[in-house]
Amino acid sequence: MIGVFHPGDSLVHRAPALLKLGLLAVLVTVVAVQSSLVVLGAAAAATIVLFLVARLPARAAWRQIVPILWVLAFAVPVQWLFSGWESAATMAFRLVIAVALAALYTLTTPVSATLDAMQLLLRPLHRWVDADRVGLALALAIRCVPLLADIVREVLEARKARGAEGSVMALAVPVIVRALRTADHLGEALVARGFDD
Amino acid sequence: MSGIVFDRVSHDFGAEPIVDDVSLVIDERRVGIVGANGSGKSTLARMINGLVTPKTGRVIVDDLDVARRGRDVRRRVGFVFTNADNQIVMPTVREDVAFTLRRHRLPAEDAAARVEATLERFGLMGLADRPAHRLSGGQKQLLALASVLVADPAIVVADEPTTLLDARNARLVADHFRALDQRLVVVSHQLELLEDFDRVIVMESGRVVADDEPAGALAAYRSLIG
Repeated sequence: MIGVFHPGDSLVHRAPALLKLGLLAVLVTVVAVQSSLVVLGAAAAATIVLFLVARLPARAAWRQIVPILWVLAFAVPVQWLFSGWESAATMAFRLVIAVALAALYTLTTPVSATLDAMQLLLRPLHRWVDADRVGLALALAIRCVPLLADIVREVLEARKARGAEGSVMALAVPVIVRALRTADHLGEALVARGFDD
Repeated sequence: MSGIVFDRVSHDFGAEPIVDDVSLVIDERRVGIVGANGSGKSTLARMINGLVTPKTGRVIVDDLDVARRGRDVRRRVGFVFTNADNQIVMPTVREDVAFTLRRHRLPAEDAAARVEATLERFGLMGLADRPAHRLSGGQKQLLALASVLVADPAIVVADEPTTLLDARNARLVADHFRALDQRLVVVSHQLELLEDFDRVIVMESGRVVADDEPAGALAAYRSLIG
């Protein structure tokens, strides 16, 4: 979800986030319980059609799916060896389709639309759940991934510069200290932007 | 009364006083605060919108007591931090600017129009759908400023907004600050940024040691730091 949204005005882009989330949940569940290769093949074809309807650049779509192919490169031979080719093919189809559908959602839906959908979804539970707070927590969780990645990268560089490669302490202590300090600063910024309750 | 009043304000983080019995009335449009590291200038600036509550004394912003009416004050006072990375919450530039308005409960069309106008004003329209964390330092600071200005605050407080930027980006951000209509309180080490301000306050060891028009105050500060 971090910076993969690809703006556009296709039917898939314009569909409400809540509808897309619902369909994603249903389709992934169907794919997960389905073991017929014919049905899974049809689901794969339908997924490709959805990508074409969304008019997404092939490169952007490919970048989202490649990581699962690396996993499958190891998992498929093992599955084939122990359970046969049909089982391996079913697993591969299921995973690729599920990841592709999730990628389609993130490529066509801005995070703010997801937050609005979450808040809409949680509105009936307003007596027990603060939808604004859940939305904010989700936004912060997404934001913290690149922030933490930056901290780890900088600390790794500093560790290397000091010749302390391999030292777990030289990595863990500064990362934890900086992460806590960043959390403080982020909280302060949220208060300054009016999120002070 | 429209203005910022520090009434015998003191604060400490342990044994050392950070702000020591400061009384000021700020009613000029553009005011700078300078001082060495640890002089108390950032703490003083943070008191204006209640990020820091003084241990003794009162801070009044446009007749609102910050300790009692913090939320109302923060609606009037926008705050720009030194490190824009700590201020950016949402993944894309447009979403981060829009994020500020989530608590303002504006109709969706009005909010969207304000976001578009703000992006245009700060030259961020071409970057609107880009990941915010991949912007350059200068672009991030402009985004931080845009995210504050979209709420149309009456006062903008900035804590060393150009410190982490290279000279070109610092000049770009400084130009945007100069063009603001809002009342401005800027904490800065970059003295040239404050040269055309209305007033500059110099702090040292938690106290105000000079308070004058820029030429006089900056000269006093230069002689202070040798």
